[in-house]
Amino acid sequence: MELVCPAGNLPALKRAVNEGADAVYFGFQNTTNARQFAGLNFTDKRAGEGIDYAHARGKRVFCAINTYPQPDGWAMWTRAVDQAAELGVDALILADMGLLDYAARRHPNLDRHLSVQGSATSHEALRFYHEQFGIKRAVLPRVLSITQVRDLAKQSPVELEVFAFGSLCIMAEGRCYLSSYLTGESPNTRGVCSPAAHVRWEETPRGLESRLNGVLIDRYAEGERAGYPTLCKGRFAVDGETYHAIEEPTSLNTLELLPELQELGISAVKIEGRQRSPAYVSKVAGIWRQALDRVARAPGHFHAEPAWMAGLGELSEGATTTLGAYERRWK
Amino acid sequence: MTATTLELGLGPVLFYWTREDYAAFYSAAADWPVETVTLGESVCSRRRDMKLDDWLGIGRELAQSGKRVVLASQTLIESEADLRDLRRLCDNGEFTVEANDQSAVQRLVAAGLPFVAGAALNLYNPASLAVLARAGMQGWQAPVEMSRDDLTRLLADCRAQGLDAPCEVFAYGHLPLAWSSRCFTARRHQKPKDRCQFVCQQYPEGLALRSQESREVFTLNGIQTLSGACQDLCHELPTMAEMGVASARLSPRAEGMAEVVAAYDAARRGALPARDPLALVEAEVCDGYWFGRPGMDHSQTASPG
Repeated sequence: MELVCPAGNLPALKRAVNEGADAVYFGFQNTTNARQFAGLNFTDKRAGEGIDYAHARGKRVFCAINTYPQPDGWAMWTRAVDQAAELGVDALILADMGLLDYAARRHPNLDRHLSVQGSATSHEALRFYHEQFGIKRAVLPRVLSITQVRDLAKQSPVELEVFAFGSLCIMAEGRCYLSSYLTGESPNTRGVCSPAAHVRWEETPRGLESRLNGVLIDRYAEGERAGYPTLCKGRFAVDGETYHAIEEPTSLNTLELLPELQELGISAVKIEGRQRSPAYVSKVAGIWRQALDRVARAPGHFHAEPAWMAGLGELSEGATTTLGAYERRWK
Repeated sequence: MTATTLELGLGPVLFYWTREDYAAFYSAAADWPVETVTLGESVCSRRRDMKLDDWLGIGRELAQSGKRVVLASQTLIESEADLRDLRRLCDNGEFTVEANDQSAVQRLVAAGLPFVAGAALNLYNPASLAVLARAGMQGWQAPVEMSRDDLTRLLADCRAQGLDAPCEVFAYGHLPLAWSSRCFTARRHQKPKDRCQFVCQQYPEGLALRSQESREVFTLNGIQTLSGACQDLCHELPTMAEMGVASARLSPRAEGMAEVVAAYDAARRGALPARDPLALVEAEVCDGYWFGRPGMDHSQTASPG
């Protein structure tokens, strides 16, 4: 199984490669990628340096162009595809059907991976993308149980990449418009979710409050650990109860599923987090490298080392992790 | 296209109603001034009160009343069982299918059947529309988050490229905004999804999720999350017709739907109703997406926050 790590900038890319990533993925500095943060992502020049660094060490580089080309922006998205091809990336990570079609025609020899934002959750959907655009690999949305992944893997016409660790989207990716409902900007249109420009923190007599475009997402009592106000991880009132009505602040961690994922023939595990620091990427990549090496040697004797789990726990949202939808009872 | 030719389409019921409620609703809808009725369970495969044959029966009656009938496919396909149901739906032999996932598109393309593309297929540009047009798409819905200005441009570009499949806009109702493998209604009742006891049937218009300041933010509907406010673009129907939008979708609610349809029918004929149809139902109103703003905003009120 390939270890695919996030690169929000050149230092993160280098550290991921140094710590054992088999491949890294990056995006350009505009709304063509789903992690559009100020000061993050790559210019052409930096991307070229990163690709050289990775290739010199036998590692691969993927370029994420995984937002949806907007009615006034087609040229920006196709330019990103052409730039990535010229830079010599090993694969494009795409979601939009029009852009997949463009890439397949313009750069037929460059591998196309279906982004998680393409929302393919069945082998029929995978077959559609495979037949229409010749995708080589698909990243699965974080909504399937391990049993469902097993069924899908048996019949998939393409390689599968699954999320291993990082922020947990609990909605089917590519079809979540909650962020634009509150802020006008979504992953599909602008490559952002709950964008920082709309976040406001306020100390009040009732506690520390976090708001997204004015909407109260959460309120913290003294001493409570406050988290970034991602809109699906706030505390809301439903039928008289106030609780994490959608999801708690927690991160996905599938380390203990590694032997099973390997047995299913999953081709790659993906670490989320291009918005994270180089230090974070380095630590996560290091732990997963060890785990992957261990499972490759002796899948039958694999167990998640407490030190690995503790290390990943420290790097998690709310310092807690979950198996998410992989585990039936989470649903 | 002139204002009077804008069609009205009744969307699928997104909530889980009882058999009796569906029957009563569609028996009334047979007489409503809508051209198209889209039927079926598009949200959750566990909702099994209505079988495909039941939907087909309702569809036949509506067809006899002169409606164009379309069957909606499930948006989130997760299991082999979901795919079996989807196959039966696509192979129904009578009615066109609204594909709400690429799984459905694949089945329909393989069978050589035409289809309507649902809003969750994320058609934001002419290139993606061209892909589906080649695959047999006969109509499509704009993404719910698309603004009037973006859609105007998209429709003009489509015309220039010879892509003329009719476009539908989600005009009225709580906006479908997200799908998850987790059921939020069952979560509220502290039940696992596998043993949900169909608690969502207790909420024929969904379950309000409010901020701690009592503002309606979202509406929980099983695995689906809808907008907290009800979108209402009644006053925009003349603009839609001018832009070349073919149809306005009205999303069913349990109460007051006949009045909503009547108001939209009057509005498309140029007679904007004296009363806002929403005065007939209790819900906050929004139209932000259409005006290029956060979806929850409303053009007639001050910006929230």
